[in-house]
Amino acid sequence: MATVGRALLILAFALSLYGIAASLYGWRANRRAWVTSGRRAIYALAGVLTIAFTILEIAFLRSDFSIALVASHSSTTTPTFYKATAVWSSQEGSLLLWVWLLALWSSLVLFLTRRSLRQIAPVAQAVLLAFCTFFLALVVFFESPFTTLASIPSEGTGLNPLLRHPAMMFHPPALYSGYTLFTIPFAFAVGALVTNRVNSEWIQGTRRFALAAWLFLGVGIVLGARWSYTELGWGGYWAWDPVENASLMPWLTGTAFIHSIMIQEKRGMLKVWNASLILATGTLAIMGTFLVRSGILDSIHAFGASTLGKPFLALITVMIVGSIALVLWRKESLRSEHSLDSLLSREAAFILQNIVLVAMCFVIFWGTFFPLISEAVTGTKASVGPPWFDRYITPVAFVLVALIGIGPLISWRRATAANLRRNFTIPLAAMVVCFVALLFVSGATEEPKALFFVPLVAFVLAGVLQELWRGTGARRAMSKEPAPVAFVSLIRRNRRRYGGYIVHAGFAILLFGVAVSSSFEHSKDVALRPGQSAEINGFTVRYARAWSEPLPEKIVFGATLDVSKEGRHVATLRTSRGFYPSQDPSLGILGRFFMGEAESEVGLRAGLGRDIWAVINPDLLPMQRIIEEGNRTFRAAMESALGDGTPDQRAIDQLFVMRDQAVAGLTNQWVRAPWTADFRLIVSPMATWIWIGAIITFLGGGIALWPAPASARSRVTATYAAKLARDLARS
Amino acid sequence: MELLLIVVVLVAVVAIVAAPLRAGHADEVERRESAELADLEAAKEAKYREIRDAEMDFRTGKLDAADHKALDRQLRAEAIQLLRRIDALKGQRDEQAGDAPAQAPEAPARPDAPVG
Repeated sequence: MATVGRALLILAFALSLYGIAASLYGWRANRRAWVTSGRRAIYALAGVLTIAFTILEIAFLRSDFSIALVASHSSTTTPTFYKATAVWSSQEGSLLLWVWLLALWSSLVLFLTRRSLRQIAPVAQAVLLAFCTFFLALVVFFESPFTTLASIPSEGTGLNPLLRHPAMMFHPPALYSGYTLFTIPFAFAVGALVTNRVNSEWIQGTRRFALAAWLFLGVGIVLGARWSYTELGWGGYWAWDPVENASLMPWLTGTAFIHSIMIQEKRGMLKVWNASLILATGTLAIMGTFLVRSGILDSIHAFGASTLGKPFLALITVMIVGSIALVLWRKESLRSEHSLDSLLSREAAFILQNIVLVAMCFVIFWGTFFPLISEAVTGTKASVGPPWFDRYITPVAFVLVALIGIGPLISWRRATAANLRRNFTIPLAAMVVCFVALLFVSGATEEPKALFFVPLVAFVLAGVLQELWRGTGARRAMSKEPAPVAFVSLIRRNRRRYGGYIVHAGFAILLFGVAVSSSFEHSKDVALRPGQSAEINGFTVRYARAWSEPLPEKIVFGATLDVSKEGRHVATLRTSRGFYPSQDPSLGILGRFFMGEAESEVGLRAGLGRDIWAVINPDLLPMQRIIEEGNRTFRAAMESALGDGTPDQRAIDQLFVMRDQAVAGLTNQWVRAPWTADFRLIVSPMATWIWIGAIITFLGGGIALWPAPASARSRVTATYAAKLARDLARS
Repeated sequence: MELLLIVVVLVAVVAIVAAPLRAGHADEVERRESAELADLEAAKEAKYREIRDAEMDFRTGKLDAADHKALDRQLRAEAIQLLRRIDALKGQRDEQAGDAPAQAPEAPARPDAPVG
C-alpha cells in the first residue's frame, strides 16, 4: 500500500496547486465557478489525505515493516495504542498529520463561510492551499512517510520510550490543531488585505476559528505540561524549553487577538493592530513547527537535525515580508473609524492587556532565540535558563492578572466614577481581605511573589462571581425565572461574554497554582537504601521496599515509598524507571536489556492542598561487572553454538532460554540485594489548582466557542427590528 | 488492486473539482449574495451585539441610566442607518430581478421584549 500512499500524496500536491490556480483565476476574472472549484479542491484534498493517513495508520497497526517509517518507530511488541500514536512520533508522520489537519480545518471553515466573505474567501483559500502545498512538498520531495525498505526487517526499533504515555494520543494532535487553525484567520486576514475589505466582516467570519485555535493550542500546552509533570520525571510542568516556548508565543498573541477584535467589531478601531497581530500569530505558529523540525535549537521535544530548516526559513521569510508589505499597502484603509473615548474604558484595558501579552511574547521570543542571537554576535552559543524567564515574565504576569480582573468589570467607551465604585468595591475589598489574611499565614511574607499575586487572583475571582451574580439577578428580573434557571440561561444566551468571564476565572486559578506551587515548592535529591528515610517540608519519606518487573517490552526497577507526617501515614508512592532493550549489538547479549533507552514513572499523591511527588533514578553501575561477565560468557557460548557454518539450533535455543533466565536473575538482584538509589522528592503546594484552573479555562472557552442558540439570536433580532421599525416610522 | 484504487480516487477527485465548472452553476449562487450585502449584514450583527452588550452593562451596573440612554440612542441610530442601507440594496437587487420591492418586517407582538 506504500505505492498508493505515495501516489495519493502526489495527487494531493497536484490538487493543491490546481486549487491555488483555480481560486486566484476565479477571483481575478470574477468567475465564481472557478472559485467554487478551488474550494472543492480543498474538500477533495481533505478526502485524499484522510485516505493517505489511514493507509499509514493501518501500516503501523499491522506492523508493516516494509515501510521504513514503521520499522524505525514501531515494533511487534509495541502496544496497539502506541502503534496508533507512533505515526506522529516521527518527522514524516507528523508532517502528514499537520497537512491533513490543515486540510480538514480549512474544508470546515470554507464550507461554513461558503455563502459569505465572497470577496475575501478566494484569496484566503489560495493562501490555505499554499500552506498545504508547502507541507505536501515536504512529504513528497523531502521526508516521505511511505519510503519502503529493500530488505524487510523481522522486528522494528519500537517507539521512543519517552513517548509512551496516554497524552501522546491527544497532545500532538491538539497542538497541531491549534497551529493549523491559527493559519485560518491568518489566511482570511491576507484575503481581507489583498481585496481591501478590512472592516469587521473577515473577523466575524473567522473569529470562532481563532477561538478554536486558541482553545486547541491551550489544551495541547496544558496536556504537555501535565505529561511532563506526571511522567517524565523532570520535576516540573514547565521548563521554558524552546519548543514549549514556541507553542506559548502564538497562544499569547492569539489571546491578544481574541480580545482586540472585539474593539474592531464594536468600534471599528485597531484595524492595523488586529491585522498585524493575526499575521504575527500565524507566522509564530509556523515558527513553532519550524523549531521542532529544524534542529536549530536544542530541545528534548525536537526531532533532531534535519534538512527542513531551509524550506521553513524561506516560508517564514515570505510570511513576514508579505505581512509587512500588505499592512503598509493598506494602511489608509486600516485607519480607525473612532478614537478612544476615555482611558477609563474596557477598550483601554484591552489595549493595555494586548501590550502586556505582546511584551510577554517578545520576552519569550528573545529568550528562546538568544542562543542564535548570541552565536551570531559573539560566536558562542549561550542560552538563558528558567530564572531568566522568571525574572522578566513574573512582573508582567502581575499586570496581566490585574487586567484579567479589570476587563470584565469596566464598561465599554467610558467608565464613570459611580459605576467604577459600584463595580470595583467588592473585588477590591476581597483583594484587601485576602492580602491581610495572607499576612497571618506562616511563611507568606517571605514570598512577596505569592503575597501580592494571590490577592490579585482573589480580585479576579470576586469580580467574575459578582458579574455572574448580578447578571443572574438581571436575568431573573427580566424573565422571573428561578435563580438556577436564570443562571443557566444567562450563560446560554450570552455565551461569548460569560464564557469569557469563566475563562478569566479559570486562568486566574491556574496562575494561582503556578504562583503558589513555584513559591513554596520544596525539592530534595537524596540517595536512599530500603529502610532509610529522608525529611522534606515536615514529611518523612521512607524507602519501604524495592521491586522489579521483567515485562516483555521493558525491565522495570521500582521503589515503594511510605510518606508520613508526625508519625501519621499520609501516602504510599510507587515510582519506577523502565529500561527498553536496545537494538545495538555492541552493548552485548545481556547489556542491551539494561543499557537502552529508559523512562521514569513518577510517584504522585495529588491533593487540593499539596502534591507529594517522587521519582527514582536507579544506578545500574553495581550490576555492570556481572553484565559484562555475562556478555563475555554468552558471546563465547553463542560462537560455539554457531560453529563453523553449521549452527547447533538446539544449543542456540537453549542459550536464549538461559539468557532470559539471566536477565530475570539480574532484575531480581535489585529486590534480593538492593543497593542505594537516587530519588528526587518534591512537595508542591496547590499544584493541583493548575489543572483545575486549566479545566475551568477550557470549559469557558468551549462555552464562548459554542454558537448562541437560534432562539436567542432571532428573538434579539426581532426585538430590535421592531424597535427600529417604530423609530423609522416616527422619523 | 492498488492501481484500481488510485484510479478510483483520481476519478472521484476530478468529478468533485470539475462539477462547479458546468455552465450556470455558480452564476445562480452569485445572484443570491453580494459582497456589499454581506458587509452590511456583518455590521448589523455587530451593532445588535453592541446594543445587547450595552443593555447588559446597564443591567449589571456598569453603565448608569443617562449614559445608557445616550449610548443606546446612538447605537440604534447607527443600526437604523445600516437597516436602511440593507433595504435599499435589497430593493435594488429585487428591481433588477424584476420582483416587487421587499416589505419592511412587521413588528412582533412584544416589541419591548427584554434583551439578553
